[in-house]
Amino acid sequence: MHYEAVLKVVGILFAMFSISLIPPLAISYYYGDGSFAAFLVSFTVILAAGVIIWFPVRNKPTQLGPREGFLTVAAYWISLAVAGTLPFLLSEDLHIGFTDAFFESMSGLTTTGATVLTGLDDLPKSVLYYRQQLQWLGGMGIIVLAVAVIPMLGIGGMQLYRAEMPGAMRNTKLTPRIKETAKALWYIYLGLTVICALAYWLAGMTPFDAITHSFSTIAIGGFSTHDASFAFFENDAILYVAIVFMILSGINFALHFRVLSRSAVFRVLSGIRARFRDRKSRRDPFHASTFAGQSSFRQYLRDAELRTYLWVLLITALTVAVVLVLTFDRYESTSVTIKHGLFQAVSIATTSGFTTTDFSSWPLFLPALLLAASIIGGCTGSTAGGVKVFRIILLFKQGRREILQLIHPDAVFPIRMNQAPVHDRVINAVWGFFVLYVVSFVILALVLMATGLDMVTAYSTVTACLNNLGPALGEAAQNYAELSSPSKWVLAFTMLLGRLELLTLLILLTPRYWQD
Amino acid sequence: MKKIVIFGAGAVGSSVAETLSYEENDITLVDRDEAALSQKLEYLDIKTIRGTACDPKTLDEADIVDADLVLAVTDNDDTNILVCQLAHMLGSRPTVIARLRNPEFHRRKDELFGCETDSKKIPIDSIFSPEQLVTRQIMRLISQPGALQIVEFAGGKIQLVAIRADEGGKLVGHRIEELRDHLPMIDSRVAAIYREDRPIIPKRDTVIQPRDEVFFVAAPEHITNIMTELRSVEASYGKRVMLVGAGNIGTRLAREMEQAQWKVKLIEYSRERATEVSHQLVEGITVVHGNATDRDLMIRENIESADVFCSVTNLDEVNILSAMMAKKLGAKRTMALINNSAYAELLENTDIDSVISPSLLTISALLQDIRKGDMVAVHSLRRGAAEAIETVVHGSESDSKVVGRTVGQLKLPEGTMVGAILRKDEVLIAHSNIVIEDEDHVILFIVDKGDKQRQIEQVQKLFEPGPLW
Repeated sequence: MHYEAVLKVVGILFAMFSISLIPPLAISYYYGDGSFAAFLVSFTVILAAGVIIWFPVRNKPTQLGPREGFLTVAAYWISLAVAGTLPFLLSEDLHIGFTDAFFESMSGLTTTGATVLTGLDDLPKSVLYYRQQLQWLGGMGIIVLAVAVIPMLGIGGMQLYRAEMPGAMRNTKLTPRIKETAKALWYIYLGLTVICALAYWLAGMTPFDAITHSFSTIAIGGFSTHDASFAFFENDAILYVAIVFMILSGINFALHFRVLSRSAVFRVLSGIRARFRDRKSRRDPFHASTFAGQSSFRQYLRDAELRTYLWVLLITALTVAVVLVLTFDRYESTSVTIKHGLFQAVSIATTSGFTTTDFSSWPLFLPALLLAASIIGGCTGSTAGGVKVFRIILLFKQGRREILQLIHPDAVFPIRMNQAPVHDRVINAVWGFFVLYVVSFVILALVLMATGLDMVTAYSTVTACLNNLGPALGEAAQNYAELSSPSKWVLAFTMLLGRLELLTLLILLTPRYWQD
Repeated sequence: MKKIVIFGAGAVGSSVAETLSYEENDITLVDRDEAALSQKLEYLDIKTIRGTACDPKTLDEADIVDADLVLAVTDNDDTNILVCQLAHMLGSRPTVIARLRNPEFHRRKDELFGCETDSKKIPIDSIFSPEQLVTRQIMRLISQPGALQIVEFAGGKIQLVAIRADEGGKLVGHRIEELRDHLPMIDSRVAAIYREDRPIIPKRDTVIQPRDEVFFVAAPEHITNIMTELRSVEASYGKRVMLVGAGNIGTRLAREMEQAQWKVKLIEYSRERATEVSHQLVEGITVVHGNATDRDLMIRENIESADVFCSVTNLDEVNILSAMMAKKLGAKRTMALINNSAYAELLENTDIDSVISPSLLTISALLQDIRKGDMVAVHSLRRGAAEAIETVVHGSESDSKVVGRTVGQLKLPEGTMVGAILRKDEVLIAHSNIVIEDEDHVILFIVDKGDKQRQIEQVQKLFEPGPLW
């Protein structure tokens, strides 16, 4: 294990993270909200920490193998969550301890959206912005961002990317070079965020709210700048904008990329760029083949995972709406009931966790159904949490194959995904993941009960944190402030476990990993 | 940066992918064999696709529309041709290069291949075959007795030759500058000297000693003359050669050598193959069935009278061992084909006179078609201890760091020297007062000073055209 290389990369990444404190610094200055000093100190401390970590090992080579990749990513996420507490601790309006600050910081970075803060509306704007930005950075992955912008990582970037990206994306690259892949992902992410912010603004949010909420929507985070979350706006248009963008962000970004990159506009531009890069290139940007076999939006629907994802959302939303209309009469009209049902279904099933109403007071079947839907989560390669639709489909098909095999003992049934047979290795990996998921889930729930939580709270908070969802039931129905400190630490760990999809963290707990 | 699609992850495909991936190119490697690919993916920053090369679907998946360059290097000629045809039709006019083994294709190259529009030719820009490159290299070496390595530049107009000096040479024991007095009509330049395996940067008053390895640059027609300055003329340099391995390369070599009036003895391990080959070849070639690492067999076949021993089986280990044994048993000159570059470095101080690396030869040849920044060719010399580079100069006096300057004024990194310049069709041996012009091909020689990669990069930077160019 090359510890120097790990330290060096972590140091550089740390220094890079300090840059993200400049926007809140500017906002604090603009609004004069009294948190300027807090951010200035945080900025300086984090930058200095990065330099101090990096300086002694600056001349060491940055060769990261797979093992170093896992350690770097895990170490960076944990230390980032620690560093992220600084503005919370230093801000004079917050008065929270380290445990709460760490919980909040981790919840932000992992896009969980569980909060221990109340009275958000009265907090300094810069602190509110900072929380939202944490989610945004964590959504696509701050390490993926680093791979895109830091040139020196080279092939080591692939190791980092693999350790941070959700499961089934691990070995798929959108473009041949990892750096370009990371860039493409961030461009799509940024593009979606900008469009979402504009849409929110047009729908009636203030620019500040529009930007901050677009951050947490596209990251499928769930933080809001208001205690009442989306209920604060009392504006239906905003809810529908949110629903659309939550669904879009839950789609595999590789699919977004594929549709975009195969469009005629993109191809012509790429051809022109090639001519500029190399004068001797014979490439013809307007060659007939550029316009052949282009993609269209229909290509989205050709993707089996996306279709299933939309079906799951639709069925969940319909069930919630129908059951709510039939059994729950506390809203003023049926249309309001349906609106809440739809929004909550999409928000929870995509693992965002925004709320328009206290869904924990609904008949128990509905919150339980929603939490179950959040276990499925979004598509692989999206910013959503959960087990991911891709894995669920494979598990389902595997189960179906076992039954078919009983009927035709000698038949060969390949498992297909988008018409192509799936390698047994992938299916085994999915099974392995699922087993680890279930075991982690049960153990964490038991540990939480040992820290004093009741059963509903324990199970719902584990679900909410392991799937990076946010809102839970029982004692944590409003927020997580009332939980005991040990519970919060366990849950913070759970969130990271969920965000890094178990393996990256669990591998570090394996003795074999540390032996040579 | 270029988008390059390579079909075939064999020895050639993967080493080219590796070399080019370090130069910021977008590389997609396609192969049928998943195992060959996943291994590459572990340590290279490239994209890999598993699929049949000739399937249009595979080409789509490889984003052929976006490709600038397509390289077909599967082990099958038919596949390679079809891939190129498909790439030509489905892509937006990429450059297409194919590896074709069949010598007939090379003989009728101009008639069969070309990318001009409205022609009936197969749309391939250039073809190559590693076997042909290896054969040509070996033929070049044996045609110059005493040459350890020969590298060609500017399409063969300039050669760089390595030779071991001995007491018989007229210049040995004298200063380099005296070469001019000995051969007033011939222009040449000593690029470097290796003495006891340490590089010496030659100055005018450097005295050449016996057993020095001397690298010099000259036009091909002058090579023989210069060699006589450095070595005793072997009056009766015989023409007996012992070849090992009757594969593609071995049989090809045997044929060409036989045509060049050599007495060829070809040793092949497999009886079946030996029989098959003996039927194909002309009578003058003796095919022997047996193991080249078998001492008794070698003695029986008169190894001590062999002038050249050349082992070209596809097993590096056999090539190395048999060449070493042949030298011990009295063969005058030994050559071995070695694919694994790690082995080549180990052989620095052994009895093997020349090491021939098919992958290096192929890469050098391919890079002439591909290389960005007009680095036309890079050749490894002395098994990697030195590097020879051919680069094209662009720009004007105002924006280039080299145009308008004399060779002596160039700010070259340590261990680097200019060997020769090709201007239009004229070869200029680089004396320090020559002024470099736009479009010159400059041949540089870089001696490893600890960090070769950085030295090459510095040279590359120096010759890069200005931003406005």
